[in-house]
Amino acid sequence: MEHHLNVPFQSTDLSLLRAGDVVYLTGTIYTARDAAHARFDRMLKAGETLPMPKGACIYYCGPCPAAPGEIIGSCGPTTSKRMDAYTPALIDYGIAQFIGKGARCPAVNDAMRGRAVHFAATGGAGMLYASRITACDLVAFPDLGAEAVYRLEVTDFPVVVTFDLLGTDVYARTTQN
Amino acid sequence: MFFVVFRGNSGLSYGIIYAIISFSVCSYYDCTERRRGSMRIIQAAQLIEPIRRLCLRACCNLPEDAVSALASARERETAGSAARNVLDQLLENQQLARSAFRPICQDTGMAVVFADIGSDVYIEGDIAAAVNEGVRLAYTEGYLRKSVLDPLTRVNTGDNTPAVLHVRFVPGDRVSLTVAPKGFGSENMSRLFMLPPSAGIEGILTHILTTVKDAGASACPPVVVGVGIGGTMESCALLAKRQLLRPLGEPADREDVAAIEREALKRINELGVGPMGLGGAITALAVHAAAEATHIAGLPLAVNIQCHACRHASEEV
Repeated sequence: MEHHLNVPFQSTDLSLLRAGDVVYLTGTIYTARDAAHARFDRMLKAGETLPMPKGACIYYCGPCPAAPGEIIGSCGPTTSKRMDAYTPALIDYGIAQFIGKGARCPAVNDAMRGRAVHFAATGGAGMLYASRITACDLVAFPDLGAEAVYRLEVTDFPVVVTFDLLGTDVYARTTQN
Repeated sequence: MFFVVFRGNSGLSYGIIYAIISFSVCSYYDCTERRRGSMRIIQAAQLIEPIRRLCLRACCNLPEDAVSALASARERETAGSAARNVLDQLLENQQLARSAFRPICQDTGMAVVFADIGSDVYIEGDIAAAVNEGVRLAYTEGYLRKSVLDPLTRVNTGDNTPAVLHVRFVPGDRVSLTVAPKGFGSENMSRLFMLPPSAGIEGILTHILTTVKDAGASACPPVVVGVGIGGTMESCALLAKRQLLRPLGEPADREDVAAIEREALKRINELGVGPMGLGGAITALAVHAAAEATHIAGLPLAVNIQCHACRHASEEV
């Protein structure tokens, strides 16, 4: 099935999504990858507030810098499983919408079941995704460069549901994970 | 003759004499180089601009053979399938990248540089420094992502240096440069196995298959699989990496190695992982293997996974 939805998702929208569905997102997402997640983890352990609102959608992405005249450089997804160690704590905090690529470990799938949804963007389609971004603002960790947290405004940003609220995993058909 | 006239017109009194001398000792296309006996002499700094150019070209222009492989994979996937949708996006993406001369993928990789240096050329100066300067210029002034850092402190070097430089000495007086930016979605999923000789060809095939299966969607399939067989631990890994530079789908010279390539490709595509792991007929675009002599006690096997963006660019200096 194909959906055109606003992001961050409302829980009523999320419950309609099924693994394998194509979704075109319009709205706001936040980039965060390895180094930002390590900092989130430290912040959560210290009881601090994260730089994006609860209920936000995280995009595992470290973009290329924008050339003059660009909003953002090439900006496809990175591998989700590298964020596995930090993900259950984020779900507990209230961040439960993730866009990346590839399967998660069984512990993350368990943590996501009924509470979180994972989407895949197409790896290596960085310029296609850049063409769907209308604004990019630095939110946190400027010292991390490409690994900083950026708020992106997206329009018709194409992703596929890979893990739905029922716990169905698209990748279970073809991978050992 | 061109140089004689040019220098003469410049009005320098010694210009004509200088031009005649330099014409006799230089090759006609580069007046800055000299010869010492049969040795051609160039400056290391002459490598900076070609390396800068190659980094940008490799990151922004997907080679034609890779584009054709994606287009033919698209034809083999079912109309309306997730697999075909992914391949359509990848073909559109490489076109966007090419026309804007901007990176195909945000992971512009570690710059892996292959320098085949002719034994009749002498490079004056620091080759590694020149290569790194070319990389630095491309990644900073070219708005590519800087992805290189210290493995322990995780502090980024800020300019994507150092490059990984592989030097080989070959006959002739040319320097052949290839830049292959290597993204880590696929590099992370690559494997080295020190197999026992008893594993044989079936063991080789099993381990190639396991590696591609474990890589799943993380390596951004449809992948290209570089396979090194034999050598020592490190030479086997480098042999696997070099296979990623071959024209896509061109079989190995050795028939027994080409047979391994064919069988591995067949079994990989039977996995059904498909483009971006969403299921489909094409999990690998090609398997490129090579064998080199090894020890009586061993059967090293390296499987270097390359994502669908099989990026590299070459030029001769």
